[in-house]
Amino acid sequence: MMKKLLIGLFALLPTLTMAAGPTVPLMDANIDLRDNASLQRGAKLFMNYCLGCHQMQYQRYERTFRDIGIPVEIGKETLIFDDSKVGSHILNAMSEEDAAKWFGAAPPDLTLISRVKSPDYIYTYLKSFYKDESRPFGVNNVVFPLVGMPHVLQELQGLPTPITEEVVENGETVTKIVGVETDGSGEMSDDEYDQAARDLTNFLAYVGEPSRLESEAIGIKVLGFLVIFFILAFLLKKEYWRDVH
Amino acid sequence: MADKIEEQTVAVDTAAKSGGIVSSVVNWIDDRIPMTRVWNMHIAQYPAPKNFNFWYLFGSLAILVLVNQIVTGIWLTMNFVPSAEGAFASVEYIMRDVEYGWLLRYLHSTGASAFFVVVYLHMFRGMIYGSYQKPRELLWLFGMLIFLALMAEAFMGYLLPWGQMSFWGAQVIISLFGAIPVIGEDLTLWIRGDYVISGATLNRFFALHVIALPLVLVILVFLHIVALHEVGSNNPDGIEIKRKKGSVAEEDKPKFKFHEYYTNKKDVVDAIPFHPYYTVKDILGVAGFLILFCWVVFFMPEMNGFFLEAPNFEAANPLKTPEHIFPVWYFTPFYAILRAIPDKLAGVVAMGASIVVLALLPWLDRGKVRSIRYRSIWHKLNIAQFVVTFLILGWAGATPQTVFSTILSQICTVTYFMFFVLLYVYSKNEVTKPLPTRLTK
Amino acid sequence: MSNAPVDNSRRRFLTIATSVVGGVGAAGAAVPFIASWNPSERAKSAGAPVEVDISKLEPGQLIRVEWRGKPVWVIYRTPKMLEQMKQHEGQLRDPNSDEAQQLDSAKNSYRSQREEIFVAVGICTHLGCSPTFMNGGFGEKVEGTTDGFFCPCHGSKFDMAGRVFQNVPAPLNLEIPPYTFLDDTTILVGEEEEVA
Repeated sequence: MMKKLLIGLFALLPTLTMAAGPTVPLMDANIDLRDNASLQRGAKLFMNYCLGCHQMQYQRYERTFRDIGIPVEIGKETLIFDDSKVGSHILNAMSEEDAAKWFGAAPPDLTLISRVKSPDYIYTYLKSFYKDESRPFGVNNVVFPLVGMPHVLQELQGLPTPITEEVVENGETVTKIVGVETDGSGEMSDDEYDQAARDLTNFLAYVGEPSRLESEAIGIKVLGFLVIFFILAFLLKKEYWRDVH
Repeated sequence: MADKIEEQTVAVDTAAKSGGIVSSVVNWIDDRIPMTRVWNMHIAQYPAPKNFNFWYLFGSLAILVLVNQIVTGIWLTMNFVPSAEGAFASVEYIMRDVEYGWLLRYLHSTGASAFFVVVYLHMFRGMIYGSYQKPRELLWLFGMLIFLALMAEAFMGYLLPWGQMSFWGAQVIISLFGAIPVIGEDLTLWIRGDYVISGATLNRFFALHVIALPLVLVILVFLHIVALHEVGSNNPDGIEIKRKKGSVAEEDKPKFKFHEYYTNKKDVVDAIPFHPYYTVKDILGVAGFLILFCWVVFFMPEMNGFFLEAPNFEAANPLKTPEHIFPVWYFTPFYAILRAIPDKLAGVVAMGASIVVLALLPWLDRGKVRSIRYRSIWHKLNIAQFVVTFLILGWAGATPQTVFSTILSQICTVTYFMFFVLLYVYSKNEVTKPLPTRLTK
Repeated sequence: MSNAPVDNSRRRFLTIATSVVGGVGAAGAAVPFIASWNPSERAKSAGAPVEVDISKLEPGQLIRVEWRGKPVWVIYRTPKMLEQMKQHEGQLRDPNSDEAQQLDSAKNSYRSQREEIFVAVGICTHLGCSPTFMNGGFGEKVEGTTDGFFCPCHGSKFDMAGRVFQNVPAPLNLEIPPYTFLDDTTILVGEEEEVA
């Protein structure tokens, strides 16, 4: 049994590695971690539309509020929908077994999604749902074919339809989906939806690495200090080496 | 002027003789352990060739990185949970909940890659200046053992965050042992302690990573330095600075005081005391290194997926293989050799051989001239092709396998081993340039 | 070797300057290592203020709640207990709570915000054991009393306001944590705040 598993593993390696990367070019998310307003809108979108199924099991509410400039009391009232304490992790009540039953696979935790994928991927993904009656939830996704998730932002964006193109691949003409276009049934205009997708992406990027801005702020000082130290060390070395040269 | 320099370099001696609380403490210690003697013998009065260049900074930098790894590693163990259930979450706990935990972790993860950068450059220095040649064979072998221990240390450390790459990378590498005839399958089972990589594997790797291998590394580094100081450093000219006793005219001797341990046996030329000249130079090297290192740590710790791979931000899942498994960049050249050969056993043997063959360099190189500066054009071309080969292999090992990358890996596997074969052949009767009698510049 | 004279003052200056800057750098590098020993977000979250419902608390009863991993007592003192506390003040080390073992709101003879409700950290100020509440049987430890706290580890004794008696190893009165009456039946232990 062991042997089979290993042989399978090695046999799979090349095929799996070749499948890497999405086949569609990603859009530029163009996010800004310093834009607190955007992060706050993103947090609101997340709590309203994503948290029902996706947790952030490593990220705490309080820290999130503090980092993106929401006073704790206001955050408690407007962004915590269950009886979670403000110091708790951002969790939902869905059990993994139920989730797997409903969606085929448990919805992934989103704490680190921006680092597993990329902000550009998330942004593109949010803008790439399209109508596909053959799928259980009636939608499919250009960057994540056969996705097992409904288009939860449908009330905002509406239900887009695919734009197809005839392309020649390996000598055969195939129809490929190259993009989507909205049907105008959503609450938001295209521009507003783009901004919403960007805000949500921005928030997910922040949660992926909440220390990013602090790191860069400290990093600048450390590098400045090291440059001074380097200059002194250089002068010291030159001074001593006059003995040798 | 010479007197003044002597004043500086023997400062410890004079301080010890000239009364005062400091010197009496020093004397008290010196009566009990050889503090001043060791300081003088190995630092203040240690004769080092005066012509060390840029390439000679990487030894001290390797020690710096080792210290960084040990200290940040100790601090990470304070919050890391070595269990299949807790490991991944505890890393995120360190990254989010522990004050400056993210910094400690990035220092450690970036340090791991920096270690290999520094060690590869250090090894390359040894290759181009023939530092492995007689009488420095044992020094080179200790270095190779350090390299092996370091690879084991890095491999085991990479399992600990328990991400997808940790899990599947370890799965693939441990499976390599399955290629060994007869005992292979049982051996992999024994290494894992389970039928798949599991908490049992994680716990034993943790123990080895935080205690056993660091201890081995520190001991090997100590032996490496002992061996170095016994035979003395090589240098970019590859000629000895220690000459037969009585062969050097008085006016050719350096105007520095060296420890009698060295001067009693040999005459020393073109040498300077390690301290202060190479300590200040190494400090400069450290400052330069830290600028690059901190730039990565604070601004790009993932290094575009080379230092921290994206799939490793997803917790290990034994039922789902990531789309593209490849080892961290420092293993990719050897991994490419493994993949180049379409037979499991032969692939593993080739990969092992590619590392072992490095250890045999002192005997494969039959030349008498060490430095690339005075060796034949063939040697220069051979080293150049080896560098190109190594870089291509590194690229190929990190790329999804395609027909092109496989063929390229196969060609480079041949040229990799060709380096050593050719070296063995031409070094016997190599036409070299005349060596200088004294160090140049 | 050149014949340029060695400039010793420049050399000394650069050596000192590099050492000082290097020392500052080493001290700076130590900061994250030292700071990482502070309570983490998890510890702070677990140590957040705790709400206690005292609507079911009966006279003479003690309930324990955990705050920052420590036992916190909430006791409903009977009029008899309150009366008794005034009588043995001469036998106490610090009857007026001069030592800073409480916030100002509890710096009174009852050591509490409300006379009858007593809130205290149930840890002996000697070596950290948790004293036993001797409800009615304290007379055998201190004559003329009926209720108090007795530490089984080293025999320290405290009265119903957590004030330490003389001639026992514990040096200080029991610690009173910060707390707030959110309303008449709810106490928030761990934080003292203005309630509108």
